[in-house]
Amino acid sequence: MKGSAGRHGKWLAATLFVALMSMPAVAADYVDVPAGAFQSVLPTADTPLDVSVAALAMRSEPVTNAEFLAFISAHPEWRRDQVPRLFAESRYLEHWPTANSIDAGQARQPVVKVSWFAAQAFCESEQARLPTWHEWEYVAAADATRRDARADPAWRNRILGWYERTSGGDLAQIGGDANAYGVRDLHGLVWEWVDDFNALFISADNRNQGDPDLLKFCGAGALSMQDRDNYAVLMRIAMLSSLKGADVTGNLGFRCVRPATEKSQ
Amino acid sequence: MKQSLYPMLLAALLIAACSPTTEAPPAKAQSVADTGGSARGDFGPPQGEPVHAVLTSPPQVPPATGRSAPAKVIVELEVRELELEISEGVRYTFWTFGGTVPGSFIRVRQGDTVEFHLKNHPDSKMPHNIDLHGVTGPGGGAASSFTAPGHESQFTFKALNHGLFVYHCATAPVGMHIANGMYGLILVEPPEGLPKVDHEYYVMQGDFYTVGKYREKGLQAFDMQKAIDENPTYVLFNGSEGALINDKALRANTGETVRLFVGNGGPNLVSSFHVIGEIFDKVWYEGGTHYQENVQTTLIPSGGAMMAEFHVEVPGSYVLVDHSIFRAFNKGALAILKVDGPENKTIYSGKEVDSVYLGDKAASLTPVSTAREAAISGTLTLEQQIAAGKAHFTGTCSVCHQDSGLGIPGVFPPLAKSDFLAKDPEAAIKYVLNGLTGKITVNGKEYDSVMPPMSQLNNDEIANILTYVFNSWGNQLGQVSTEQVAKVRGETPRAEGAAH
Repeated sequence: MKGSAGRHGKWLAATLFVALMSMPAVAADYVDVPAGAFQSVLPTADTPLDVSVAALAMRSEPVTNAEFLAFISAHPEWRRDQVPRLFAESRYLEHWPTANSIDAGQARQPVVKVSWFAAQAFCESEQARLPTWHEWEYVAAADATRRDARADPAWRNRILGWYERTSGGDLAQIGGDANAYGVRDLHGLVWEWVDDFNALFISADNRNQGDPDLLKFCGAGALSMQDRDNYAVLMRIAMLSSLKGADVTGNLGFRCVRPATEKSQ
Repeated sequence: MKQSLYPMLLAALLIAACSPTTEAPPAKAQSVADTGGSARGDFGPPQGEPVHAVLTSPPQVPPATGRSAPAKVIVELEVRELELEISEGVRYTFWTFGGTVPGSFIRVRQGDTVEFHLKNHPDSKMPHNIDLHGVTGPGGGAASSFTAPGHESQFTFKALNHGLFVYHCATAPVGMHIANGMYGLILVEPPEGLPKVDHEYYVMQGDFYTVGKYREKGLQAFDMQKAIDENPTYVLFNGSEGALINDKALRANTGETVRLFVGNGGPNLVSSFHVIGEIFDKVWYEGGTHYQENVQTTLIPSGGAMMAEFHVEVPGSYVLVDHSIFRAFNKGALAILKVDGPENKTIYSGKEVDSVYLGDKAASLTPVSTAREAAISGTLTLEQQIAAGKAHFTGTCSVCHQDSGLGIPGVFPPLAKSDFLAKDPEAAIKYVLNGLTGKITVNGKEYDSVMPPMSQLNNDEIANILTYVFNSWGNQLGQVSTEQVAKVRGETPRAEGAAH
């Protein structure tokens, strides 16, 4: 499948490109997430335990390669051959066959190898922004029926199951089961950028005698965790904290949020 | 060099002891005796062209550095997340330094400046870093080497202390990164290097925690709860049950000297490292500077290491184990050192004799089989019963009641001419089967002790024992039959396993 896509990549991509261009912009699906309070696994200096999250609307699925291709077509300054290295490292979108095309098989895969800057620009282009860590964590605490399923070992095991699968093959497509809010693929598909991926952890560090490298050391990160069973979430935090804004990785994508629509407020 | 230290130290001690008025320099004596540690480990800036460190996969060890001056050494280590075999038919997702568990062996010399490059493969899902116990500096390099997938970090340190050091990943959750195999060894050679040996091998113990049971087939997931409980599913040398056995066994020939570099990655267990059939001639315990000689088993802490040397004389297979021995035989902590060469019968003969040994029962059990055969053929006599009973009495009843039947006054009551026994001989069957606890009076003396139930004896044995007792030491209380015992046993329910 992959091989044949590669061989015929050029015309397929071209076809897809034309098809996308000729289509009216498909409005991405945002679902309403009501306001609420919850206990974050990683308290910050300002919000030691309970975190309030305002109502918002979140993309029900991660941004796909096809969507990102449409974005760079409208904003060529974000093409991999045009973007300044300051905003995206050399491996930015390197999995695409060319700077402005994708293989057919990639269309519904989540876009990865995107920098935080590029993700932010994408969200702005649809009048949205990246979620904050707490917003992301709040929505991702849900399972299919409960808004906070984190106490259930099954919730945790599903996350860990993904960690334990080595990557390197093709990414799965978007469209996993929806959680209680109707949001899909928060776990088990890719890591996701959050708006405050670096700032959040610095404030957490300050709480502990100001050691700026708290998360990077033996066990120290665990000290600021409220619940040791949430190490699955800690690993996501550790992943995000290893990054810089221009970095990309093969398992890191994103989704956007918007202010809530009126009916949810 | 080491040997020359002792006379000097001795001289210093003598001065201190014999001439109290002399200004003895104890501090100086001490500084002569020790290495000076990191304060004396800086031999100045690196000299010559930078050297690329040779990294080896276990169980191989890189060649000696052979350098006599400090160098700049470039180490490039790549992190890979790989699904590998942990036991036959059992897969596990390991996180590795260099694609193996333990990670690549690094060898430098004291005083070297090490430029460390940590590369995290693009296919990795996790960020990783490295904390080398051989580094002087906060975090041992961990903060400086925190590396996202598809990235590379660089930091530089000077190896100030010589010794054998563990390195490991220190990314949260640290325990999980270590439990997944992220550890290895770095040897910092002393300036003069290590003595030449015939073989050097690299072995590292680790404990592993899977959701499935030991040897449960298929891809096994990491079990955090078992890790927290410190209850490993596997305890392994070099990351797999098959890592160092059969054609992958360590090899040596008779007459050669073997040096083992052994680390313990943990994350939890301390190793009682032992080689079955060998004695370590020297152990540099804890991977430090000094050695102990003639050691059977040495402790290797989690996050620690040791170096051992031994000369092999006798061919055969030597088994490396964690002598917390259930780990060896039930959790996989086994490796083999195969030594080839001619037999040396003067040192070890091999098996010379193989014969039946029955201890003090050897002669005395004959009457038992005679009695059994007679009972089957229906010709069992009183004499045969007594003879068989005596054999059983010895070693079972005689421990307390003594061979003489006199017991121990005040503690164990006598059976010889016992009025207690004579009063109701048949009750003795009950005592043997169910035991007897509490106050009794025998021949005018009070006893208050515990006889445990002896229901593990079969009906024949009890009948014979009692017949022996009833006809010995002047007793004349008659004969006990198997049927009598069976009847009493049937009437008295008792807990399974009540014997002893």
